[in-house]
Amino acid sequence: MSTRSPVSVTDASAPGAIRVREHAVEVVSDSGEGAQKCGQFFGAISAKLGNGVWTVEIIPAEIQPPARTPSGASGVRIRIGSGAVTNWGDHADLVVAFNEQVLLARHRCDALAPGAIVLIESMWAEHHDERIRAQWQAAMTELASGGYRIVPVPMEQECLEIVDNARRGKNMFVLGLLAAIYDRDLDRVRAQIELGFEKKSEAIRAANIQLMERGAAWAREHLGLRVEIETVASDHDLVVMNGNQALGMGAIAAGFDFCAMYPITPATSVSHYLADVFDTVGGTLHQAEDEIAAIGAAIGASYAGKVAFTVTSGPGLALKTEFIGLAVMTEVPLVIVNVQRGGPSTGLPTKVEQSDLLAAMFGQPGDVPKVVMAPATIEECFHCMVTARRIAETFRCVVVILSDANLATGVQPFPRPQLDVEWQARRPDLSPVSERARPFDWDDRTGLSRRIIPGQPGGMHTLTGLIHDEDSKVSYAPGVNERACSMRSRKMAVLQQTLEPPRVHGAETGRLLIVGWGSTRGAIEEAVDRAREEGLAVSALHMRFLSPLEPGLKDIFRRFDQVLTVEINYSDKPDDPFVTDENRRRGQLCFVLRAQTLVDVDCWTRVPGEPLRPGRILTEIRSRIGEGVER
Amino acid sequence: MTCSLLDCGTVEERDFEMSDFEGTVARWCPGCGDHAVLSSVQRLLADERLPPEQTVFVSGIGCSSRFPHYLNTYGFHGIHGRALPLATGMKLVRPDLHTFVVMGDGDCCSIGAAHWVHAIRYNVDMVVILLDNNIYGLTKKQTSPTTPQGFGTNTQPRGSYLPALDPLSVTLGVTNASFVAQTADWAPGHLYETLRAAYRHRGFSFVRVLQRCPVWTLSIFRTAVQQPQMTELLLHEDGIGDDGTSQLYKNHLSHDPADLDRARALARAGDRVRLGLFFHDPTRPRYDALRALPVHTAEERIATLNEELDRYAV
Ligand SMILES: Cc1ncc(C[n+]2csc(CCOP(=O)(O)OP(=O)(O)O)c2C)c(N)n1
Ligand code: SF4
Ligand SMILES: [Mg+2]
Repeated sequence: MSTRSPVSVTDASAPGAIRVREHAVEVVSDSGEGAQKCGQFFGAISAKLGNGVWTVEIIPAEIQPPARTPSGASGVRIRIGSGAVTNWGDHADLVVAFNEQVLLARHRCDALAPGAIVLIESMWAEHHDERIRAQWQAAMTELASGGYRIVPVPMEQECLEIVDNARRGKNMFVLGLLAAIYDRDLDRVRAQIELGFEKKSEAIRAANIQLMERGAAWAREHLGLRVEIETVASDHDLVVMNGNQALGMGAIAAGFDFCAMYPITPATSVSHYLADVFDTVGGTLHQAEDEIAAIGAAIGASYAGKVAFTVTSGPGLALKTEFIGLAVMTEVPLVIVNVQRGGPSTGLPTKVEQSDLLAAMFGQPGDVPKVVMAPATIEECFHCMVTARRIAETFRCVVVILSDANLATGVQPFPRPQLDVEWQARRPDLSPVSERARPFDWDDRTGLSRRIIPGQPGGMHTLTGLIHDEDSKVSYAPGVNERACSMRSRKMAVLQQTLEPPRVHGAETGRLLIVGWGSTRGAIEEAVDRAREEGLAVSALHMRFLSPLEPGLKDIFRRFDQVLTVEINYSDKPDDPFVTDENRRRGQLCFVLRAQTLVDVDCWTRVPGEPLRPGRILTEIRSRIGEGVER
Repeated sequence: MTCSLLDCGTVEERDFEMSDFEGTVARWCPGCGDHAVLSSVQRLLADERLPPEQTVFVSGIGCSSRFPHYLNTYGFHGIHGRALPLATGMKLVRPDLHTFVVMGDGDCCSIGAAHWVHAIRYNVDMVVILLDNNIYGLTKKQTSPTTPQGFGTNTQPRGSYLPALDPLSVTLGVTNASFVAQTADWAPGHLYETLRAAYRHRGFSFVRVLQRCPVWTLSIFRTAVQQPQMTELLLHEDGIGDDGTSQLYKNHLSHDPADLDRARALARAGDRVRLGLFFHDPTRPRYDALRALPVHTAEERIATLNEELDRYAV
């Protein structure tokens, strides 16, 4: 094509069938051009065919950022493999870009593999606007360092054959390109478009199918490139969804029927999902006037006999602080889902971080024992809701679930949950209680007590956030506070005794143990697997319960020379100016593990505003224990 | 469901005495206006035959918020300013509970102001009692939003700087207000009738009670208490009134509580203390009624969720 381009532009028809175990493809566009939809469809189709899939959204911070700007890059990465895919990987191998500016954005954050194949809209190169041509030229110069194989594709021109506004059709044309390159059965693709646009008119569905078919035909005619990834049909029934949908569905599976929330990224889509379906199962989604009111309403609903939940993210969690203390003090069961984003303050609203662990554990004044747990996969997002509700109810306690932006928007297939009526909450019991029944009839050994709710004759009492005795009577008598504190704390010890010790991934002993929590599990375990293939004695441990901690940690840690947490939160590097072993601020899980085990746990943490890449963790493993090992 | 005029006494066969509703002995200061409100409430609960186990009092923090402890119903003494969200969530899942909320002026009009405004608009069925002593009582005499301009306190010793916020005007100004009344702790007959009308209204019944605090704001209500001619009663066949009060307070003003504009005009500060029903509209939409849902069994929920999972099946 264009001879003016300073980079070698590959001949679009050059043949190249490659066979790989996995491949990562990115589709990037201006916001509003539908790259995400294209990627979601492609991911879902691949999952249905039996590929392992992990999908991550690339989200600009603004709703309508200016067109053709790097900061407006919006899209999706889909990593597919013949086996399970547990994270977004290191780099994209194939990129479809709707303009050169959004491509630059990905190049600048090192998202593209050296030599990656780039399919790019060709209209900008020859655009009548001189400035755009100049931008294209400049971009190509900058991109040259990546050594990419750039293939221009006349997307606009092709789409205009079918629709008047190509901006609204390119994404399905690109879906067709990908279907041809990855040899996806077109009937499957058509079915996915039908399903994805089921709420749209017949005419719109038909146009989208035509666009996709045109893309596929164009690719067959002009591109030699084929990527073969073996598909292994699963013997399980699978479902595919993102983590926020899984949380919402898990809530229904658990029998929750009241959720109060206030919109906040990246938690909001849980409520969008529930708003769609919750009332068909008798559930109420209450959008409150702020996060304080949201948790207040949830506590009110729980007090009245339910286990309610609230969904939020960092700034919202901060606002809920005082009410969390009240729920713990009055032993009203409650589940708080906190979908973490970057902080502090408004921080990085759309980006992943794991910086709320200490806030969740210790964020309230006074002693506020509560349960903190973190799902590591989309599947766990579903099931943790069932576990959390049961714990909250059994222990009359607060359970915080720490998900994050990576899980919230990541899409992954997982075995279809086999729903069980036993997971559902029981109806509130309104039977009379004896006049002698006490609202805090603590069992001395366990701290557990039976909940009495409004409507039960004979059980009348007033809950209070003031220090109270077994009858919920305010009392400053000596010993009352000591006992009440110990009863609330004891419940955590009892719960901890029922937990399974975590399982080591890899050998039970070795030179290095990497400890993680939450959504980083896939990346950590992939890095560990790759390192073990290189002969390095490294294993991984993933924590599901952070408070109380799962049992047996000291024993496990003792079997390794070094223990290292890998987390997406801030820590000082040991060699930073002024930083000493004594004043070093460490990663949040690291802080907790050191305090609880007295093991000299180290940390490697980063806050890149994106999920961790397994390759970077691998590099850290090599730098710690790689010396002397042949590679 | 809340006992309405129609089903009173037919659904509920039990009789109660005021003593059935007594909790621990009230610890308010002698002469505190809250005592009178407590007595009126206890009388109301007995007269309306509210089963104690079906009745919940929710409060925030303050002298006034101790209220639930002094009743033998269910109660939730929450945190400062946040009684309304608790009550809203409770009522949304348990419409069968008779719900009362008690707040102080700091509680409702300062720290809890956002919830107050939105709760008025939600119009969820509950009786909301604002015990307005024009001061922060529990924390010992700090300026509240309703403290009269010029009145000295421990935080504004040279006198409160700004004109007092008028809770009636605020409430009447919020879209979807449905019941707004004012009464005083020293007019027990009127207090009782007001609470009864509030209880019988389906929706957010807002009652501001002018409440004496002899410890910190003795002077503020003294003239109103000692000089009945300062008081003006709003009367109407759809309003609130009792013979005793009407005899004591001779200034009567006819006001139709359906007239919102006039209610707003009357609420605006004058030199008279106006007691009565300012506004009542039983037809306003109620969020709790709009959100009411049939109960689903566990099996039904699982069946629906399985259909939902089909849509995500690979
Ligand atoms: C978050 C919070 N801030 C401050 C307080 C301290 N505090 C307790 S009661 C109160 C004000 C009480 O005044 P009011 O609401 O008018 O009730 P009253 O005591 O006059 O009945 C304050 C500021 C608190 N308990 N919680
Ligand atoms: S300080 Fe005032 S409001 Fe509080 S109990 Fe005493 S008299 Fe009543
Ligand atoms: Mg007050």
